[in-house]
Amino acid sequence: MKKLLALLFVVLMMVACFAGCGSKDTLVMGTNATFPPYEYVDDNGEIVGIDAEIAAAVAEKLGMELEIKDMEFDSLLTAVQSKTIDIALAGMTVTDERKLSVNFSDTYAKGVQVIIVPENSAIKTVDDLKGKKIGVQTGTTGDIYCTDEFGQENVNQYQNGALAVAALNNGQIDCVVIDNEPAKNFVKANTGLKILDTEYANEDYAAAISKENTELLENFNKALKELKDDGTVDKIIAKYIPAE
Amino acid sequence: MGILTFENWLQSAPEWIHSIPEWLQNLFFQLYQTFIYQDRWKFFTDGLKITFIVTIGALILGIIIGLIIAIIRTTHDNSKRKPFFLLRFLNWFSNVYLTVIRGTPMMVQLLIMGFVIMVPKSDSGMIVCGIVTLGINSGAYVAEIARSGIMSINIGQTEAGRSLGLSYAQTMWHIIIPQAIKNILPALGNEMITLLKDTSLVSVIALRDVTKQAQNIVSKTYQAYIPYISLALIYLVIVIILTKLLGMLERRLRKSER
Repeated sequence: MKKLLALLFVVLMMVACFAGCGSKDTLVMGTNATFPPYEYVDDNGEIVGIDAEIAAAVAEKLGMELEIKDMEFDSLLTAVQSKTIDIALAGMTVTDERKLSVNFSDTYAKGVQVIIVPENSAIKTVDDLKGKKIGVQTGTTGDIYCTDEFGQENVNQYQNGALAVAALNNGQIDCVVIDNEPAKNFVKANTGLKILDTEYANEDYAAAISKENTELLENFNKALKELKDDGTVDKIIAKYIPAE
Repeated sequence: MGILTFENWLQSAPEWIHSIPEWLQNLFFQLYQTFIYQDRWKFFTDGLKITFIVTIGALILGIIIGLIIAIIRTTHDNSKRKPFFLLRFLNWFSNVYLTVIRGTPMMVQLLIMGFVIMVPKSDSGMIVCGIVTLGINSGAYVAEIARSGIMSINIGQTEAGRSLGLSYAQTMWHIIIPQAIKNILPALGNEMITLLKDTSLVSVIALRDVTKQAQNIVSKTYQAYIPYISLALIYLVIVIILTKLLGMLERRLRKSER
């Protein structure tokens, strides 16, 4: 009897596991939740933001359940390639180099790389960055551009934007190059910092999907288009980025 | 920066590449992309420099701190009468140090040192910050290893030394510590290996050690396979060399036993 019960238990466990792991109806999204307002951890400990809500809306359209995985930004693309995650939405800029390894969806938002400096900083324009210590979030386009232009020795890579801003507050670096919207949030949260008027680079945000998963790419784009047409995307963006 | 695609690479590759199977071509392409294209091997050598400097600095600092703490603790525990106030204070301090350092993760210590306490402003400052943090951390573990070594020496040795007219310090230095070092060498080697691998955490204070540099290559090529496997091999080779050297040292020290 005991053996029978144990056997039953094992079988039950296996069934439960297969049901859980093998379910095809979850959309696993990877992100780096330190990038407000696109993705951040809210007061309840949940990952929220524009990307999270767009992904949730798309998942609903596709009849899938959304699961969000929080990981380091620079491992997102390799995670997409190795299919640890189905899709990466992380305010990620479309670049030609990234296109070689993953497919990008249609863009859903525009980003601008800006420069955060202390209020009394000598840095006034992009040209002043030469020879200065620049802080970036590792693996972002800000990191790639600055490293290419100013050399690795002038760029300090931090694990996320908030740590870079903390270093700026400490006076460890002279400026931070990061996307516009998170920059606004960081400046709002810290006194004595400002964003320079000159923009460093303009770019498009899109979702990254494995090259092998063209079906998901098509479905995602279709759902995204519907959401754009019925104004859901604009509504989500307006919710997090108040019009100026 | 120029983008290197597989097709572009294949065109400029030597003739014999075209006649090998595609998976092998792909492997060669990834190797080329990881190490040769735009001199990317320099990423690894630059990173290794930081890794070595931090490891060696922290190792030396750790051993110095560890030995001092171990001697304070054993001297305190061995004294027959109530120890002097200074010794009691030092012992209390050592205990606090051990508790705090062993009770908090390495990563947290690095974040605190890098962004709260030391706040390094220059590149060399960042390296010093890494060395000090890892050294202080390692010191706590070395202290316990060294204490176990000192305690493993029979009390008769101390008594013999003292009866011969040596002072406590002389007995320690000439009789106890040489024997203790021989006993703790394997455990110390363990700690060295752990320390070497822990240096991969220093990237949180924006230092570019070899792990960070491998990640940087991945964020340029978006191919994880070759950079990470090479990284693992690099650590493995260093550890194997280290183990061999330690084995040689141990054998030399054991010669006196025959």
